[in-house]
Amino acid sequence: MAIEVNGKTYETDEEGYLVNLGDWSEEVANFIARQENVEMTPNHWEVVNFLRDYYNEFQIAPAVRVLTKAIGKKLGPEKGNSQYLYELFPYGPAKQACKIAGLPKPTGCV
Amino acid sequence: MLHIVNKSPFQSTTLDSCLATARPDGSILLIEDAVYAATRGSAAAARLEQALGKFKIYVLTPDLEARGIAGSVIDGVRLVDYAGFVDLVAEHKGCQSWL
Amino acid sequence: MSEGTIKKFMYVNRKAPYGTIYALESLEVVLIAAAFDQDVSLVFMDDGVYQLRKGHQTKGIEVKNFQPTYRALEDYDITRLYVEREALQARGLTADDLCVPVEVLERAEIGRLMEQQDVVFSF
Repeated sequence: MAIEVNGKTYETDEEGYLVNLGDWSEEVANFIARQENVEMTPNHWEVVNFLRDYYNEFQIAPAVRVLTKAIGKKLGPEKGNSQYLYELFPYGPAKQACKIAGLPKPTGCV
Repeated sequence: MLHIVNKSPFQSTTLDSCLATARPDGSILLIEDAVYAATRGSAAAARLEQALGKFKIYVLTPDLEARGIAGSVIDGVRLVDYAGFVDLVAEHKGCQSWL
Repeated sequence: MSEGTIKKFMYVNRKAPYGTIYALESLEVVLIAAAFDQDVSLVFMDDGVYQLRKGHQTKGIEVKNFQPTYRALEDYDITRLYVEREALQARGLTADDLCVPVEVLERAEIGRLMEQQDVVFSF
């Protein structure tokens, strides 16, 4: 499967996750977000960028529980809770935000 | 606990790791290429005979037969078939496979 | 597994990191199982201690370097990492050569811990 953004084609897996991490850009992220019916706000970007940083450091997309805790540690408890994250990403913060962040599906996500 | 070893003692140090780690009264089951460790006159035989004082040692007969060594098993080593293998797993609280 | 039952899970890692897929598979299983809130410990013995040897650089072999992921285990509330003393010694290593904090134990002690587990996963 593939998506096309501004005339360029990017390979995705059958669930829409980018195959090559290096293909990611803000443009691609916006495109995937639109497909997911997510309108990107600064709060969304904050989570997406957090996930990308986490991946760079640990080479994994964290599970929801881990993401929630880690965000709480870095951005404060009003953001480190699942209600806040699910409001931003209704189909699951790890799953949906990871897709927009160009990361693989989190390990352990079904 | 049941320890399962499947590597030849001449190819790998797996058996030694198992013997050094397992608690006394544990059981050790040799399968696949590990069954060579249970044969008389081999370089591993002395280690295995010594281990018999500490552990119950089992060996899987079909794997012995397949390798033509069913007649050379060290005394004191217990023979089991596949059903016996299943019983051993069921009897013991846990299982560690020394892959 | 009934809800609320916490079992003792031990993952025994005995293989060097890149020659076979065992190390990576183990790490993935550990991360998946971490979601179930069990009592988890990881053991590194024999060549398994090489998984934690600092400084992996895998660009040249074109394989993903999963070493940084061991540092994420803490986020998954996995803090019990045991390393076999004899294996470190045989390989000229000490705990300072490893990428994460660990508890170094004698082989016999690891054997004792193994006996206390509800489930042992062998890699």
